[in-house]
Amino acid sequence: MERRLTGSANNAMIRKRYRREARFKAYTITALFVAFGIIAAFFTDIIGQGHSAFWRTEVQVTLDYNERAERIGRFALAEDMREIVSRGAVRSIPLEIRNNPELAGIQREIWAPAYSRIDQYRKGNEALSPELAAQVERLEREGRIRTTFNWAFFTSGDSKLPELAGIFSAAVGSLMVLAVTLAFAFPIGVMAAIYLEEFAPDNKLTQAIEVNINNLAAVPSIIFGLLGLAVFINTFGVPRSSALVGGLTLGLMTLPIIIISTRAALRSVPDPIRLGGFAMGCSRWQVVRDHVMPLSLPGILTGTIIGLAQAMGETAPLIIVGMIAYIPEAPSSIFESATVLPAQVFTWASEPRKAFVEKTGAGIMVLLAILLTLNATAVLLRRKFERRW
Amino acid sequence: MGIGLTTLLLIAALTPLGFLAYRLGRGKALATVASGVRMHSRPQQYGWYSVVWMGIPALGIAIAAALLSLLGVIAPARELVLIVSIAVGLLGFAYGLKAIRPEVRARNALDNVVRYLLLSAALISIITTVSIVLSILFESMRFFREVSVWEFVTGTVWSPGDTFLEAAGRGDEVGEGTSFFGTVPLFAGTFMVTAIAMATALPIGLLSAIFMSEYATPRQRGIAKPILEILAGIPTVVYGFFAAVTVTPIIVDIASFFGLDASYSNILSPGIVMGIMIIPFISSLSDDVINSIPQSLREGAYALGTTHSETIKQVILPASLPGVISAFLLGVSRALGETMIVVMAAGVRPNLTWNPLEDMTTVTVSIVYSLTGDLAFDSPMTLSAFALGLVLFTVTLLLNLVSTYLVRRFKQKYD
Amino acid sequence: METQSTDVTATGSQTMAQNQDTSPVANEQATPEVKMSARDLNLWYGDTQALYDINLDMYNREVTALIGPSGCGKSTFLRCLNRMNDLIPQVRMKGQVSLEGEDIYDSSVDVVQLRTFVGMVFQKPNPFPKSIYENIAYAPRLHGTGTSRSELDDLVESSLKRAGLWNEVADRLDTAGTELSGGQQQRLCIARAIAVNPEVILMDEPASALDPLATATVEELIHELKDNYTIVIVTHNLQQAARVAGYTAFFHMGKVIEFNDTDTLFTNPAEQRTEDYITGRFG
Repeated sequence: MERRLTGSANNAMIRKRYRREARFKAYTITALFVAFGIIAAFFTDIIGQGHSAFWRTEVQVTLDYNERAERIGRFALAEDMREIVSRGAVRSIPLEIRNNPELAGIQREIWAPAYSRIDQYRKGNEALSPELAAQVERLEREGRIRTTFNWAFFTSGDSKLPELAGIFSAAVGSLMVLAVTLAFAFPIGVMAAIYLEEFAPDNKLTQAIEVNINNLAAVPSIIFGLLGLAVFINTFGVPRSSALVGGLTLGLMTLPIIIISTRAALRSVPDPIRLGGFAMGCSRWQVVRDHVMPLSLPGILTGTIIGLAQAMGETAPLIIVGMIAYIPEAPSSIFESATVLPAQVFTWASEPRKAFVEKTGAGIMVLLAILLTLNATAVLLRRKFERRW
Repeated sequence: MGIGLTTLLLIAALTPLGFLAYRLGRGKALATVASGVRMHSRPQQYGWYSVVWMGIPALGIAIAAALLSLLGVIAPARELVLIVSIAVGLLGFAYGLKAIRPEVRARNALDNVVRYLLLSAALISIITTVSIVLSILFESMRFFREVSVWEFVTGTVWSPGDTFLEAAGRGDEVGEGTSFFGTVPLFAGTFMVTAIAMATALPIGLLSAIFMSEYATPRQRGIAKPILEILAGIPTVVYGFFAAVTVTPIIVDIASFFGLDASYSNILSPGIVMGIMIIPFISSLSDDVINSIPQSLREGAYALGTTHSETIKQVILPASLPGVISAFLLGVSRALGETMIVVMAAGVRPNLTWNPLEDMTTVTVSIVYSLTGDLAFDSPMTLSAFALGLVLFTVTLLLNLVSTYLVRRFKQKYD
Repeated sequence: METQSTDVTATGSQTMAQNQDTSPVANEQATPEVKMSARDLNLWYGDTQALYDINLDMYNREVTALIGPSGCGKSTFLRCLNRMNDLIPQVRMKGQVSLEGEDIYDSSVDVVQLRTFVGMVFQKPNPFPKSIYENIAYAPRLHGTGTSRSELDDLVESSLKRAGLWNEVADRLDTAGTELSGGQQQRLCIARAIAVNPEVILMDEPASALDPLATATVEELIHELKDNYTIVIVTHNLQQAARVAGYTAFFHMGKVIEFNDTDTLFTNPAEQRTEDYITGRFG
């Protein structure tokens, strides 16, 4: 019997088709790897730009609380050290002396943060005049200059002096904003979702609400900023730049997300469970409260965490409501001016000085780490509590 | 008295009252049952019944007073509101307690209260949309009283001008170099960025989706999909930094290698980075769409002796076209409204050009820069932000509606 | 209906000539030529075995029906004949399936080409979301058996005629295939399968999703098709098997219990289980 399935007249055409198949498949794999490559390049770049901010240069100096220092803190330093040490380290000396007069005249040796140009020079980003460079070299030989972990990055707020700038005030602001967002969006969102999913009759009003919510979820975030400006700040008089107005604005933005994901979680509870509750004579609310909600709680939490993670990374609407002021001190109430982590990153990124580039990168690393943790928590939560019905 | 303190006091007063209402109401019901009379609902429901009669009037008064005073309709002293609310609460408490009788259907009343509470929560979403539309519309109207719609839509010069000149009473020098509000260069910038972004996102996103849904093993898919999702979780301000600090210099270098001059605020860089941001939208939605094509269609094609790629290109993709288009439109909508990437990497100068290596600015950047700095809330410059926002809102809304419609029709066919 | 000249190989036409020359009496008694056969075929879905030692011959230009209760492996076996089970990763197979003596699972066999020899029609009609014309022209264009517009036009017309659908759709070849009625869609799928010029057509319960009128049309079609094609049909419907098939194989629990010409199997089954099934004692 002649072999027909293997050697045939159509060989050339079939080979061409298989070549096209291989090429097409190669294109799709290439696309995927391009995406992967971009992700890798992105993280490498960010870490490369930002990791150096986690270290800072410190100098061992003697602070002389002399008479001139009582007026201008800088004079507590020896003349040759005034260009080396950060101004911020000695700024508060006059106030110290005034509050503690017994300090007058004493000498103290401390490790003080170095001026940012020195710090950047040692990190290879900037050049110094030959004299200063020589001085730095001398300090190195004397062992009076060191590089340590920059805890101040996490404990201080923003500063005009890059060597002292940190994310603390922005972090507190972010926490406050998220708290307001959660307090506003979570109860309303879950309640609205419960209504739509469990109570609402299938009429025009319900459909209108549903369409509404889906559209709101896709509105650009900057529009919510305009809304916050027009309604909260202008009409309701909420203080501009406060965590309250930021939280309310982001709350409105997160509301549709929470509603949609809560509805999905409620929907995933199979109907027989509800029917069982009804059959026992429970009212609808009792069925929801006692039977449906406990089962859908993990899904609701997951959706909320994801919504919060999104809110945490938002900048544009908060800029519109004014949260990019210069905030060196952490706010103590939700009515005070505040800023948030992404806005802090934005402000630093807009700074022309090179020393702020690494701060921006480090701020981004912290922000990404927090978001990654939040998202990972949501995924783990989902996986742990997900039930296959 | 500060708002915070008032709220705290209100809560501090109503909470023990609520406890008391519950105990007394329940107690009365228990006593009635003990005396042999059957009641319609359970005792604890009568307890809640009393709480409702106390709480809702009290909170209602407080919230109504707060809203009205915020809107400036009335301005009562906060202490007065506090006292009135608590008083009303006490009255309601007394009434509710007295009203507890065996035939009173406490459970149904509670059910209704819960139902309406939930409904009001749902209505807030409508209120939000209405507020967005109204507030933006309102401010835009004020804008269009000063600037003609025609100039807005067709003018090719955007130069909001010197607000202090306007404030100094020389605002009627429009047309002589003071303020121009022609948005054509802004929209050109937005479209250019969107086009570059979609040109980047569509091929990579769609091809990746095809690989994940048609060629990948379940394990490969399980790895690839979450990795792509990482792109979706990166905040836009971070993308903006990446664009400004890393991508722009690369583009400038490449351009000069070819002898071209690229600005450090060129629009190509934010366009590409925006495309990177949109990749997961396209890939995830397309993947879902392709997966939902029934296997019977594929089998029909294979049984005719087609290769995998032929089936994909000629049967599956055409069948999933509505879904893919919907994903595309959602991506476009996202790109149009994106702010941070362009604020950080694109220019501020309105520039009408076809060259992506030049600096251009977009609608969203103009919105931001119209509102930062001195906020004279009546100046055309500030109001222009709302007019731009109105257009942005409308366009994205339309895109989303079309997108939803397409997906719904697609689902109808294949479900 | 036109008669199709299927002389793909010299051997094929030789067999045709042989059959035409033999007298009717000798024809009935001569063993028909085997078109496809399975030898010691075993199949596993993961760890579960679905087919056990299948040995079956399917004769040229005959309709072979595979009957049996649900889940007994009939469809699984059918899908082995055109290697559609390759699409399912957990499937494992041992044994041999051959088309005119050639092992179709040999590693050098091109699956794409195999499927131009062995076509398939599915239980639920699955026309592509394209026009009627495109549904039929799609595969021939890919295989290169129709390149010019006029060639394709002829092919579409002849396929639709042979499937008995031409008169109903001749004036609306551009409308979507999905807009036809169920029975018409199934005939479209048959026309589509024919257009590729196969030698064997596999049918997996082709009429079970159709109303009785459409079913009758499809069965009539099978009658006409068997003059030119070898047909293997899986069916739940015993009467359908009796009406349509020349040979019937009874499957049960993944094994072939009995195989014979249809008359003998139905009137005088050799196995008790066959008789039980046919008389409806289980189903």
